[in-house]
Amino acid sequence: MTVREQLTQLLDEARRAAADAADVSTVEQLRVRYLGKKGVLTEQLKRLGGLPPAERPQAGQLVNEAKQSLQDELNRRRQELESAQRDVQLARETVDVTLPGRGLRQGGVHPVTRTVQRLQTLFRHMGFDVADGPEIEDEFHNFEALNIPENHPARAMHDTFYFESGLLLRTHTSPVQIRYMEQHRPPLRVIAQGRVYRCDSDVTHTPMFHQIEGLMVDESVSFADLKGVMGEFLERFFERSLKVRFRPSFFPFTEPSAEVDIECVICGGSGCRVCKQSGWLEVLGCGMVHPQVLRHVGIDSERYTGFAFGLGVERLTMLRYGVNDLRLFFENDLRFLRQFR
Amino acid sequence: MKISEQWLREWIPTRMPSDVLAERLTMAGLAVDALLPVAPELEQVVVGEIISAEPHPAADRLRVCTVRVGKGRTLSIVCGASNAVAGLKAPVALPGAELPGGIRIERSEIRGIASQGMLCSAKDLGLAEAAEGLMELDPGTRTGAALSEILGRDDHQIELDLTPNRGDCLSVAGLARELAALTGATLHAPPVKPAKAHSRRQIKVTIHARQDCPRYLGRAIEGIDAAATTPLWMRERLRRSGVRSIHPVVDVTNYVMLELGQPLHAFDLDRLSGAITVRHAHEHETLTLLDGNRMEVPAGTLLIADDNGPCALAGIMGGQDSAVGAATHGVFLESAYFRPEAIASRARQMGLHTDSSHRFERGVDPQLQARALERATQLILSLAGGRAGPVAEKTSSRHLPERAPVRLRTQRVTRLLGAPVPPQQIAVILKRLGMKTVKLADGWRVTPPSWRFDIALECDLIEEVARITGYEKLAPRRPLAVLQAGTVTEKLVPADRFRTMLVDRDYQEAITYSFVDPALQALIDPAHRPMMLANPIASDMAAMRTSLWPGLLKAAIHNLNRQQERVRLFELGRRYLPGTDGTVQEHPSLAGIAVGNALPEQWGVSGRAGDFFDVKGDVEALLSTSGPRERFRFRPIQHPALHPGQAAEVTDADGRQIGVFGGLHPSIQAELGLERPVFLFELWLKVLEQVQIPVFGEISRFPSIRRDIAVVVDEHISAQSVLDCVAQVSGKLLANLELFDEYRGEGIDSGRKSLAMGLTLQDSSRTLKEGEVETLMDQVVAVLASRLGARLRQ
Repeated sequence: MTVREQLTQLLDEARRAAADAADVSTVEQLRVRYLGKKGVLTEQLKRLGGLPPAERPQAGQLVNEAKQSLQDELNRRRQELESAQRDVQLARETVDVTLPGRGLRQGGVHPVTRTVQRLQTLFRHMGFDVADGPEIEDEFHNFEALNIPENHPARAMHDTFYFESGLLLRTHTSPVQIRYMEQHRPPLRVIAQGRVYRCDSDVTHTPMFHQIEGLMVDESVSFADLKGVMGEFLERFFERSLKVRFRPSFFPFTEPSAEVDIECVICGGSGCRVCKQSGWLEVLGCGMVHPQVLRHVGIDSERYTGFAFGLGVERLTMLRYGVNDLRLFFENDLRFLRQFR
Repeated sequence: MKISEQWLREWIPTRMPSDVLAERLTMAGLAVDALLPVAPELEQVVVGEIISAEPHPAADRLRVCTVRVGKGRTLSIVCGASNAVAGLKAPVALPGAELPGGIRIERSEIRGIASQGMLCSAKDLGLAEAAEGLMELDPGTRTGAALSEILGRDDHQIELDLTPNRGDCLSVAGLARELAALTGATLHAPPVKPAKAHSRRQIKVTIHARQDCPRYLGRAIEGIDAAATTPLWMRERLRRSGVRSIHPVVDVTNYVMLELGQPLHAFDLDRLSGAITVRHAHEHETLTLLDGNRMEVPAGTLLIADDNGPCALAGIMGGQDSAVGAATHGVFLESAYFRPEAIASRARQMGLHTDSSHRFERGVDPQLQARALERATQLILSLAGGRAGPVAEKTSSRHLPERAPVRLRTQRVTRLLGAPVPPQQIAVILKRLGMKTVKLADGWRVTPPSWRFDIALECDLIEEVARITGYEKLAPRRPLAVLQAGTVTEKLVPADRFRTMLVDRDYQEAITYSFVDPALQALIDPAHRPMMLANPIASDMAAMRTSLWPGLLKAAIHNLNRQQERVRLFELGRRYLPGTDGTVQEHPSLAGIAVGNALPEQWGVSGRAGDFFDVKGDVEALLSTSGPRERFRFRPIQHPALHPGQAAEVTDADGRQIGVFGGLHPSIQAELGLERPVFLFELWLKVLEQVQIPVFGEISRFPSIRRDIAVVVDEHISAQSVLDCVAQVSGKLLANLELFDEYRGEGIDSGRKSLAMGLTLQDSSRTLKEGEVETLMDQVVAVLASRLGARLRQ
């Protein structure tokens, strides 16, 4: 047999073996057997010395070509096997990605808090500070300083919770205005939020609810400014352009006073149950701070003017999210609370 | 207040459509709540005239009436009403008519006699709650006319929600006056002529309370017809204004009150004895009111009395004994001005609120009494006949309210409204509102009319200018202001940070009432005596909470009762603690409750029940916002609401308590009917929120060495004391110390436990040598052994 014939026979044999190899280690064994230091082909190379010198170069080339060809063949087979092995592994590791993720779920803040947070952010951006005051108040701060003397019919609008001591639960956040002005001098821009209480409980009243109160006092604050700030805040709160109207009203601590209505966000102004067919929703009360109130806290009412406003947080929350029953806010039913994540 | 629109339009003729009229009032600050039709849709109901009424042959109480219903038609109708007599005009529901309540009228036979319709009472037509007999229509009413025409098909009931400062608008006259000011139209008031005295009958009036009753007018009217009835037109006006017809004289007083705004009272002349005295009540005087209620009148209440004692609560309600009734032949009419404060305080004190007190406490025009008295006299005489006596008047001018002039500066109007209003326009507005003005260099001196109790300051006048101009006409503006930083501090954790953290840890925020059930609170926090509301809305909402736990427990129970397996709620709110000196402290607090498994139900994770350490983990997370955990110490405590073996307090580095937490006491759990253990925490926000501002420490460039040891100690030795001991011995070299196992059981003697810790040791200036680490570890073990009886676990 010629060298060429021998090589061809060897290569065929090796290729068949490689193709039959079932795993990477078999391929490795084949490499050692044919291409290793004592491998069959390496031996062939060693035997070249026995050939006549004229045949050696050609025979050497043939052996080297055979080695290279087999090397390639084995590499290819190894890669093939490795890739198949990886595929098996990957297939084994495949998960059902539609199974839910693990761990804690997410809770949520109370919808009233959500509204308070939004309003605080909004007013902070307009340069308002945030103040705080007691919920258990005295008559002076809750009524007298706000120009609501005893026996004034306006007191009847506030069904007040009293303690034996004569203290009371604040009926509005307005006493915070007074306390803030007792501590600070103009220019003032401040909001206060918190719980307020009225001795009233039915479908549309809970004995506790939340208000946000705002106050701005400076040398040239006017009713036009009040209209500007209220309009701006309402549009930003509802994130849409809205028809807003100011109606004359009465609060003992503001003069002029106004009630602010917005076009009904439920029906768009065409009339529905929520707006009692009027197309308008009353959302807040406001006005120019009454000079008597400024006098109570020692601010010169000739030099300074200001506006104040107060709004019901639950009311705004109901309108924003379409909640139709006020009492839900204090039942703390998870099926309700979880709707506000 | 409710008022008939047609009545108002009679005073102020305008072509304005109803909805526009209502809108004008609303936009002027007289809020119209509703504009309701006054006539029900009464198809096929017409005015009928009874021509004859014969007894029913088969029924004693029924009559067979022949009724003319217009267009030459006559019907036979069987009727049981006692006033179904020939000559009466009454509503007839024709076959096919549908009455309120869904009754359909058909031809029928009643006890064998054909009935071709139904003669109706006011109740049948939905016009009254109750009725006696057929609704009697005036003889002049056109037979056959549709009843809805008579009832005012075009009229509306205007329902107003007036603010307490506008007592002057609680009448047709007041509203008309306001509309006149708004539109510039002229008022058409019905003429009132003083009645001539045809009787000498006079009742002496004495005022002993001139400050509270500066004006009192009275007049006797004798010989009125006891059989007189109120004519339909007046009954209709009253009905459309929401007032029930009672008796001609009472109807007139109500009518005049609605028309002019002056509450009047009529006493039965024959039931008064002697003179009228207006005075304050003495101790223990009693009076039976019109509503039949017998009461002891609080001393000091303003009374109208005769020689026998109290006859009426002045301005609030009359007495039953002197009330006008079916047998009344003479009346004493009262028209007075009472000081608002005298009525307001008393009416509320007695829990009485009447149309009269409503007006007096808001202020009735002090110049109105004579006119109202004459108007009422005129109406009574025309309705029921009689002879009027002379008017007795007592006035104490110096006690009548006086409208002081107010200065109004043009420049101030501009400044407060933020836009100039032309002086000419201001002057017109003031004039239309009935203000008297004197021009000054910078504005006017304005004297408000007697009926305006709400104008005392310049800003009151500015509001009037804005109101009549229309708020909608004043352009909005964005204010210019001085830039000023608000309160921003790093020293306090913002409350919202805690909220976010708990929300991210699967808690839902709750808001519970500040007042709780005193019994539940006593169970949870017996140490504090809560502040009690004097007038709670319910007995289980009477105690101001001293802990947030009662509210959270109630909320948790609410949810557990509604198929929720796992409830995790938190609340951020105040506790109210009474001080010893009558003061109150409001402590903001952050509390939470957790019931059920540690994790929500999910695949691949066993449903481990939440326990003490889950809640402790939440507490530690909250603490981590304000400083490193070494700052905080946990100690076992005894707490009435908590499990005696699972209750802890946490304190800060200064030993101040930050809060308490643990498992709900099993006996309370059982008492509340809770099946699963409940874990609670409550932290005092004012301490919790204090931030330790971080101070930078050098990071070591040298490698650290970790050594783990496990020691066996007696059961009562706390993990904290072991860790403290290790930390103390290791000193500065200890970079981190982690407890990673607590073990009891096989290999450990009973009554002992094994604690395993990992110490990370590091020096900031050099690499630690193996030998010194070994020495240190030996030292740690030796000190643990000597101080805590610890044995190294092999």
